[in-house]
Amino acid sequence: MAEQIRIGVFVCNCGSNIAGYLDVKALAEYAKILPHVVFVRENLYTCSENGINEIKAAIKEQGLNRVVVASCTPRTHEPLFRGTCAEAGLNPYLFEMVNIRDQCSWVHMQEKEKGTTKAKDLIRMGVAKAALLKPQEPIQSEMDPRALVIGGGIAGMTAAMALGNRGYEVTLIEKSGELGGLLLKLDKLAPSGADAVAVARKQADLVRRHPNIHLLLSTHIDEVNGYIGHFQVSASTNGSKTQFGTGVIVVATGARVFRPAGLYGYDGEKVITQLELEEVFKSGAFAAKNVVMIQCVGARNDERKYCSRICCMVAIKNAIEIKEKSPETGVKVLYRDIQAYGTENEALLQRAKELGVIFIKYDPARPPRVEAGKVIVHHDLLGREIELPQDLVVLSTPLVAGEDNEAISKLLRVSLDANKFFLEGHVKLKPLDFATDGIYLCGNAHYPATVREAVSQALGAASRASIPLSKGVMSVEPIVSTLVDEDACRGCGLCVALCPYGALEIVRGEKGRKVRVIPVACKGCGICAATCYHHALSVNSYSDAQIGEQIRAFLEESA
Amino acid sequence: MRKKARYVNEDLCTGCGSCAEKCPTPAVDTFNTGIGQRKAIYKYFAQGIPSVFTIDAPSCRQLGQGKKCGVCAKTCQAKAIDFEQKDRMVEIEAGAIVMATGYDVFDPSVIPEYGYGRIKNVVTALEFERLLSASGPTAGHLDRPSELTLEKEIEETGKEVRKLSARIKQLEEKQGKTSDEVISQVKAGASDEPLVEWAKQAESLAEMQAALAAMNRKMAAATTAKKLAFIQCVGSRDFRFNRYCSSYCCMHSVKEAMIANEHDREVHSSIFCMDLRAVGRGFEEYKLRGGQQANIEYIRGRVAEITEDEAKNPVVWFESTTERHVKSEVFDMVVLAAACVPSAGTARLAQLAGVELDTNGFVKTDPLMPLATTRPGIFVCGCAQGPMDIPESVAQASSAAACAAEAVIGAQITLKATA
Ligand SMILES: Cc1cc2nc3c(=O)[nH]c(=O)nc-3n(C[C@H](O)[C@H](O)[C@H](O)COP(=O)(O)OP(=O)(O)OC[C@H]3O[C@@H](n4cnc5c(N)ncnc54)[C@H](O)[C@@H]3O)c2cc1C
Ligand SMILES: Cc1cc2nc3c(=O)[nH]c(=O)nc-3n(C[C@H](O)[C@H](O)[C@H](O)COP(=O)(O)OP(=O)(O)OC[C@H]3O[C@@H](n4cnc5c(N)ncnc54)[C@H](O)[C@@H]3O)c2cc1C
Ligand code: SF4
Ligand code: SF4
Repeated sequence: MAEQIRIGVFVCNCGSNIAGYLDVKALAEYAKILPHVVFVRENLYTCSENGINEIKAAIKEQGLNRVVVASCTPRTHEPLFRGTCAEAGLNPYLFEMVNIRDQCSWVHMQEKEKGTTKAKDLIRMGVAKAALLKPQEPIQSEMDPRALVIGGGIAGMTAAMALGNRGYEVTLIEKSGELGGLLLKLDKLAPSGADAVAVARKQADLVRRHPNIHLLLSTHIDEVNGYIGHFQVSASTNGSKTQFGTGVIVVATGARVFRPAGLYGYDGEKVITQLELEEVFKSGAFAAKNVVMIQCVGARNDERKYCSRICCMVAIKNAIEIKEKSPETGVKVLYRDIQAYGTENEALLQRAKELGVIFIKYDPARPPRVEAGKVIVHHDLLGREIELPQDLVVLSTPLVAGEDNEAISKLLRVSLDANKFFLEGHVKLKPLDFATDGIYLCGNAHYPATVREAVSQALGAASRASIPLSKGVMSVEPIVSTLVDEDACRGCGLCVALCPYGALEIVRGEKGRKVRVIPVACKGCGICAATCYHHALSVNSYSDAQIGEQIRAFLEESA
Repeated sequence: MRKKARYVNEDLCTGCGSCAEKCPTPAVDTFNTGIGQRKAIYKYFAQGIPSVFTIDAPSCRQLGQGKKCGVCAKTCQAKAIDFEQKDRMVEIEAGAIVMATGYDVFDPSVIPEYGYGRIKNVVTALEFERLLSASGPTAGHLDRPSELTLEKEIEETGKEVRKLSARIKQLEEKQGKTSDEVISQVKAGASDEPLVEWAKQAESLAEMQAALAAMNRKMAAATTAKKLAFIQCVGSRDFRFNRYCSSYCCMHSVKEAMIANEHDREVHSSIFCMDLRAVGRGFEEYKLRGGQQANIEYIRGRVAEITEDEAKNPVVWFESTTERHVKSEVFDMVVLAAACVPSAGTARLAQLAGVELDTNGFVKTDPLMPLATTRPGIFVCGCAQGPMDIPESVAQASSAAACAAEAVIGAQITLKATA
């Protein structure tokens, strides 16, 4: 006998986020008359412990075999409600979420009546789909317990050490011939005053001597296939190829310093970058008597809107360095906003001021002009232009995305932001994870960072990466593509070409060429199912029948 | 560790809230930064975990004021209320400790020239967040604190008026004469004690009714705040208080001004800052968008003083660096970006844990070992280590976990002799 469908609907007020703009009482009343609905509850917060307990109790006491929650977004709350169903003994995939907040109350704040009608439509559709839901089991797969770190700057080295110390086998790939990254070019590090090269070398030595770290210098990554737990990597070192597997990948490829060609008379000698100034310090050749630094050169403009975060700190550090080396040298810093955020940077700024460094704000609409022996700038407080003598101009240029970022983003199928820095999975809550499982990021590859920040991100990325590694087996959401009709598949491979996650392959079997889904790699995006002419593929919980039923319900009049 | 008594049995409480519904004792709502009220038995905020109620002992009639009450205990069907509960000492053994004790908001009332605490419509950014919150005390409407106070006064005066008029009506019915007659009698020289008292009360009722009407007129004329000023670096980058920069306040002011404008497109915000520190991914772009699309104006300068005009509007005095003279401007509300300061218990906790603090009172770390405190095995993340925003705190939390894991596992790694 077919199972009788018993649906429970929970309508959330979300405090006043929903109840303030929609008639939730009417929604709850409406849900009661929908087909198969045997239980309806309205909650102040369905996600509160109370709400959760009510769902559990209703599953048990009312014999619910489908649960619909009409509330906020599945992005944040679906796992919680699925877990609740599971705890009450109901297969978690017999749960359907209806978003009446982000997609309804928040966008129809001024239209209570129409918004309420739309929410009824959404609930009716969710209930219609819920009736057709099928139980699913999570997909399990073994983890390859090894890690790959790409980039051997301070961030990459730190991540590799942290993973190695936890006992995982790590491959560290650095494209240049030496570990250390940008630090190798710097003089002293603010705020500690430590020698940058010594810091890099000390860490490099530990990495080289670490029994769990396999170091590949002068190495280029050619190909990455697979998915969390099962990546296959091909790399070449001076022409010779290697292949290996890894369970997780940490991206720590750093960034480049912008070269200000054509700006403020940049010539690399009398007008130089901060990086070049550090080289001058290192060589001991510094001798200028009047230094003018100009901030935001090539940053915070139409072409490159972002603030590069660290260049103000670098300018302050180097201004202090000059004053300490040569107190009689005049140092003026022309800036827009001086970004000495936090405790340490602000302390540096105050120290620079005490040492007599002069900070002058300029307006980007009236930028400074570099002329022979002087810099001319409009002084806001004086209300006129002033001339500053100079025998050295130092330009603070931003860090820009690494040259390999686009290639790496394609190889790993991870996102970049508008400025081609690597983009994390969630700006607040997943700062070190990519949206793609098993791949993590840290350091300048993510966004300009100080060494303190890069190191702490690297430890964090290693910590995130160690979570799947330590589990040994991973479990993936079964909302994935499935070959539901093998006979219908012609093996044309159109879906394989379109899948952005490499989750499909064509294999030759008894019935000829057929597609095969690699469930752990599949993200359930549905491109394949939408593409297949023969409806051979379908995404679990989003089948044609389920979506068709939702559409049919939508076209019904709401009562 | 001391586990404080909540006077509610956590295992029994279902979080239903019927106790709070029946509790007769109002108390200040600390979660909503004192705007609005809750009951003496309460949950800190609706989504709080665990979903268990707590009695705020000093406010409670029975626990704090020594009166007989126990209404909550009678209401609670789960029998979870336990007035006898005591603080408990809990001991656990751990191989590593992570300090994540965060920050407190600097109290700006110590800056006399900003008038916080004296001028009603000067609030902190945290208070403003609660006003902006859809689940906050004003459901996200920018009702000004002066009007919120007025509303409370109207309610209280209304209650007094109703009480008094009921009493007088009773007298009139019982004695069979009107209050006007009594007043004339007293004026004419009647010195009978009850009559004099009656006349006095009738007169004060008339006064209260007039005052109430005036307050209602004022309330009817009031609108939500439309013109906002945000003052940056309040207690930060200020040698009198904290020398450091609190890192996140420039961005939270931009955010708050953006949200206020999303709630009401007529809202205009002026952000007064020395530097606007927008240093994270997308921050500078966000700041520019605020200027272009959300009526935000960025004004360079440190505000000298805030005064109040007769309509309870705050007046901001500042030196315009571009026009080079002192100006004043009237606003509906002023929001103070108050500094991030070490949380109250930090010093004591540091002493107990044997870790050093930095000169600002945050837990001391080394720039090259950013999570390690001065004592091995104890790590620190988030604002306990210094001001930082959520993404950085979250990233650091993962890092601290990595450090703690390494410490607990006690990695026995033998380095190779040479590279
Ligand atoms: C002028 C200047 C001064 C600075 N001063 C200070 C300071 O005083 N204090 C401070 O805290 N910070 C300072 N910084 C910032 C500091 O340099 C960064 O915090 C730090 O370099 C970040 O390290 P990283 O490992 O993320 O990146 P990087 O140092 O850039 O290292 C990235 C590494 O990845 C490698 N790589 C790139 N692409 C690939 C690829 N495809 N495959 C393999 N490997 C690859 C690179 O070769 C490099 O070795 C300064 C920066 C500059 C520009
Ligand atoms: C008005 C305002 C708006 C903000 N807006 C944003 C924003 O939009 N985006 C953003 O990224 N950041 C924002 N921030 C910053 C954000 O609040 C912090 O980055 C974040 O809260 C830091 O997290 P934390 O865990 O380190 O500290 P906290 O949030 O302070 O948490 C510390 C916790 O530790 C507890 N605790 C303290 N002492 C002890 C003790 N001795 N024993 C046990 N527990 C203890 C506290 O009760 C608290 O629960 C804002 C800050 C303010 C003031
Ligand atoms: S850190 Fe300073 S110099 Fe660099 S882009 Fe930002 S404001 Fe400009
Ligand atoms: S973040 Fe902005 S407002 Fe806050 S202290 Fe720093 S400069 Fe001042």
